[in-house]
Amino acid sequence: MLEIKELRAGYGEAEILKGISLTVKPGEIHGIMGPNGHGKSTMSKILIGHPAYTVTGGGVTFNGKNLLEMPPEKRALEGMFLAYQYPVEIPGVNNAEFLRMAYNEKRKHEKLEPVDPLDFDELLNAKMKFLNMDSRFKERAVNEGFSGGEKKKNEILQMALLEPKVAILDEIDSGLDIDALKVVAEGVNKLAGPGNSLLIITHYPRILQYIKPHHVHVLIRGNIVRSGGMDLAEELETTGYDSYLKGK
Amino acid sequence: MAGQDKKQDISELTKREYKYGFTTDIEADVLPKGLNEGTVRAIGAKKNEPDYMLEFRLAAYRQWLTMKHPDWAHLKIEPIDFQDITYYSAPKKQEKLQSIDEVPPEILKTFEKLGIPLMEQKRLSNVAVDAVFDSVSVATTHQKKLAKQGIIFCSISEALRTHPELVKKYLGSVVPITDNFYAALNSAVFSDGSFVYIPPDTKCPMELSTYFRINTEGAGQFERTLIICDKNSSVSYIEGCTAPSFDTRQLHAAIVELVALDNADIKYSTVQNWFAGDPETGKGGIYNFVVKRGKCLGVNSKISWTQIETGSAITWKYPSCVLVGDGSQGEFYSVALTTGHQQADTGTRMIHIGKNTRSVIISKGISADVASNAYRGLVKVASVAEGARNYTQCDSMLVGDKCSAHTFPYIEVGNENAQVEHEASTSKISEEQLLYFQQRGIGKEEAIRTILNGFCKDVFNQLPMEFAVEAQKLLALKLEHSVG
Ligand SMILES: Nc1ncnc2c1ncn2[C@@H]1O[C@H](COP(=O)(O)OP(=O)(O)OP(=O)(O)O)[C@@H](O)[C@H]1O
Ligand SMILES: [Mg+2]
Repeated sequence: MLEIKELRAGYGEAEILKGISLTVKPGEIHGIMGPNGHGKSTMSKILIGHPAYTVTGGGVTFNGKNLLEMPPEKRALEGMFLAYQYPVEIPGVNNAEFLRMAYNEKRKHEKLEPVDPLDFDELLNAKMKFLNMDSRFKERAVNEGFSGGEKKKNEILQMALLEPKVAILDEIDSGLDIDALKVVAEGVNKLAGPGNSLLIITHYPRILQYIKPHHVHVLIRGNIVRSGGMDLAEELETTGYDSYLKGK
Repeated sequence: MAGQDKKQDISELTKREYKYGFTTDIEADVLPKGLNEGTVRAIGAKKNEPDYMLEFRLAAYRQWLTMKHPDWAHLKIEPIDFQDITYYSAPKKQEKLQSIDEVPPEILKTFEKLGIPLMEQKRLSNVAVDAVFDSVSVATTHQKKLAKQGIIFCSISEALRTHPELVKKYLGSVVPITDNFYAALNSAVFSDGSFVYIPPDTKCPMELSTYFRINTEGAGQFERTLIICDKNSSVSYIEGCTAPSFDTRQLHAAIVELVALDNADIKYSTVQNWFAGDPETGKGGIYNFVVKRGKCLGVNSKISWTQIETGSAITWKYPSCVLVGDGSQGEFYSVALTTGHQQADTGTRMIHIGKNTRSVIISKGISADVASNAYRGLVKVASVAEGARNYTQCDSMLVGDKCSAHTFPYIEVGNENAQVEHEASTSKISEEQLLYFQQRGIGKEEAIRTILNGFCKDVFNQLPMEFAVEAQKLLALKLEHSVG
């Protein structure tokens, strides 16, 4: 489904990703862990087509197509979704309208009729109820003034609506309280299925106990230095990254 | 009944099926370039105006001679040679282009995107069109319908002959000839414009617009508009068009005067999209210097200005309200967009004189590329204006980092009980915001449109529905090349 090969990329002069390779098959859940500032978010931004970063080598295929050639909105419509580590605030734009716009773009892409505001409202209410979100978040501007946890929930709400093929969750668990974490994890598990894959970037094994990954990778200095299963995540919790950082 | 009629009229307006071609005389007669007392007399004579009008013009001309070109605005204006302008060339005042091929390509592109029909494109870009259309009848039908209710809607040239008592009483009563340099100039040499009178106890049954006015053609350069709304009456007037107007003349110095008597309500909406000049160099664009002012003479009267300013090389105007009547209200809602090399210095003046007068100012300035955008607003409360209140909100949005936004709020409060509130903000459309939309499958253009609509919402809400939709499209279109 998603195949990253020897990907090199960076910001300005600095090379941040130094030849990452990763294959994600349909239905697979991958956890990605690693110290601060080593390139996890950069990888997700490259995948969604952030214009500030440049790819200098390697390639990415998504459903057999060259991902790097697609503009960001095409990638999204093809089923690539990023739940942001730091969701963007958009003042003046109503959250519910934004969600409906995104939802209808997807329907248009699938050659389906757009849903009208009333039908969409019903759908939205159901999803929000499941995520334990207050309905006033419909009326507010997109992410504006949302608390850290509220922003994360709003990301998951979008994921639930758009049902992407590959969802990258960049530290979805940071900023969530214990109950919210459970709710979000349930939301994520609802999406997980034979046709959908997940890439979960995190610092804590806890979320991986709720959303069981098939593979766990350690990303150090722009490279995946070790891969394993759930036991790797637990091992890291006790050992930290010291051994990886020393051995250059 | 009236409601039905109204609906139909609006849809006619928005379909823009009417065409021009109903000017009465065909002699193409032109005065030589330059301005002196002889020119002013000649204009009066050519237009066959009554004596009182000539006196008005001459007084204005003599006033103008004593005045200097103002230099206080935040604008870079090339010196204007007032002796190099033709002040009378009727009726084919503007040089006709021979075919649509002569119209600048960026204008044609915009037409296309806005879906303006070809004939209308020609009319707007001043290409000669054969007068085979139905416009005369459309216009007269409206005039007849309006006349039944005692509403007068005609060109100002016609009004000063047919309704001298109204013109004498009100022309120059809101913007006196001594007011400023361009007011004096316009008063001396104005070509034509609209005249509206709404009699007492009458709600004008349709939106009035320059489209429906006979003899619209050639009223451009020194246009003069006078709208009088009598007791307990209301009117909504729309000026302009969302398609870009192309004109070979550079200076446009118009005057609009509004008078509201007791309990009268005037709403004046403008969408201005004159040719902005070459986007790379800024050459050739229109100087849009307009004096717009309304007087709330009567008690509880109300004047509301809404403007969407997107065109012209330089926009320099302050639609204002003088709140004389007790309990009267003034409103100013503005979106001013500057891209490329455009400059704007615009805003309003709210002058509170009557008791319990209220004013609201909502200004949204959007600046992109290397453009400059200034808001300048005065709120003045006279010492006698007990209980006056003003609310001002002034927001700027920057697109890119080479453009600029400035705000110059002036507040002069002479009454200690007055409440004057001012809020201001500056924001930016960021690459990150656009990417967030795109990540959710929404294209960049749609993203820009959505963000701008959010930013301008409070102003768009004031526009007649169809106009609001077009204004939204227009804004997004103008910014298409400026973001990302
Ligand atoms: N836009 C940018 N400008 C400058 N430096 C950048 C930019 N984006 C990323 N970097 C740098 O690239 C490196 C990798 O950053 P990245 O955000 O990918 O880290 P991360 O692994 O997600 O860290 P964390 O766990 O703290 O979220 C960091 O040193 C960061 O400062
Ligand atoms: Mg990160």
